[in-house]
Amino acid sequence: MTSDHAAASVTSDHAADIDKHVRVYITVFVALMVLTVVTVAISYLDLSVPIAVTVALFVAIVKGSLVAGYFMHLVSEKKLIYAVLAVTVAFFVVLMALPVLTHSNGFWIDE
Amino acid sequence: MDIPYTVEIRRDTGLNNGKIGIWLFLASEVMLFGALFASYILIRVGAPSWPRGDTILDVPLATFNTIVLISSSVTMVMAWASLMRRRFGTFRIYMGATILLGLVFLVVKYFEYGHHLELGEYPRTNNFLAIYYTLTGLHMLHVFGGMMVNAYFWGPGAKLWKTNPVWFTNRVENSGLFWHFVDLVWIFLFPTLYLL
Repeated sequence: MTSDHAAASVTSDHAADIDKHVRVYITVFVALMVLTVVTVAISYLDLSVPIAVTVALFVAIVKGSLVAGYFMHLVSEKKLIYAVLAVTVAFFVVLMALPVLTHSNGFWIDE
Repeated sequence: MDIPYTVEIRRDTGLNNGKIGIWLFLASEVMLFGALFASYILIRVGAPSWPRGDTILDVPLATFNTIVLISSSVTMVMAWASLMRRRFGTFRIYMGATILLGLVFLVVKYFEYGHHLELGEYPRTNNFLAIYYTLTGLHMLHVFGGMMVNAYFWGPGAKLWKTNPVWFTNRVENSGLFWHFVDLVWIFLFPTLYLL
């Protein structure tokens, strides 16, 4: 592909879509700012540790999903990327489960 | 020999090679930070007592840094959008802002670390500080690495725009994916270390 052709495809194929995307980016930015304030505000509520952890992680997951979904374009990505991430998530869950199972004297770890 | 599929889409993957490469790299990064988060959980649930982060760390400063990093993610994605609109001058402004915001994050972290070290709060002091320095230190290295790559695309790497704008745009997109990942990690680090 020559540079002229390449440049043309950059402009003509997506220019209209990009304008739409930019509006979404601004909306997501505002949502992330509001959720940051919510995260800090919740910490002043003096909740018990399990509830505080649950609420804080829930807000963080919402914020993370907005970043991954819109800034990283995961809402409209190819299947292969989803497959890579599905495997990653599976291993990540196992990784997080290990210390929890250790603490609760889980079924395969003896104290 | 030229690197294949930098611009063209591979028929078998439906992606260019750079895109699949950066996502595989990010998958490995998830496991890297995941291992440290798992260590944090293990140390915390095994400790007889654990301090609330806000009794040791500076929450307003970290909140400011959260806003800085989220803002840098927006400027990063706007830099890519500028290239898609073929506005190179605007790209330079947004990319420059991204690099500067990254620098602000590091400067704030420098003062934060300096304050703790002045008080004699070292990684060896206790488990909380050990995991705090490890997680935030590794994250800081990622911010620094991302800034270096972004600075390259802002400066000497931008020559590619003249000869192959699509390849350059793809490169900036991949650099942006890394930068957003760094932001995403901080979104979880902030409440975990500072607020709980």
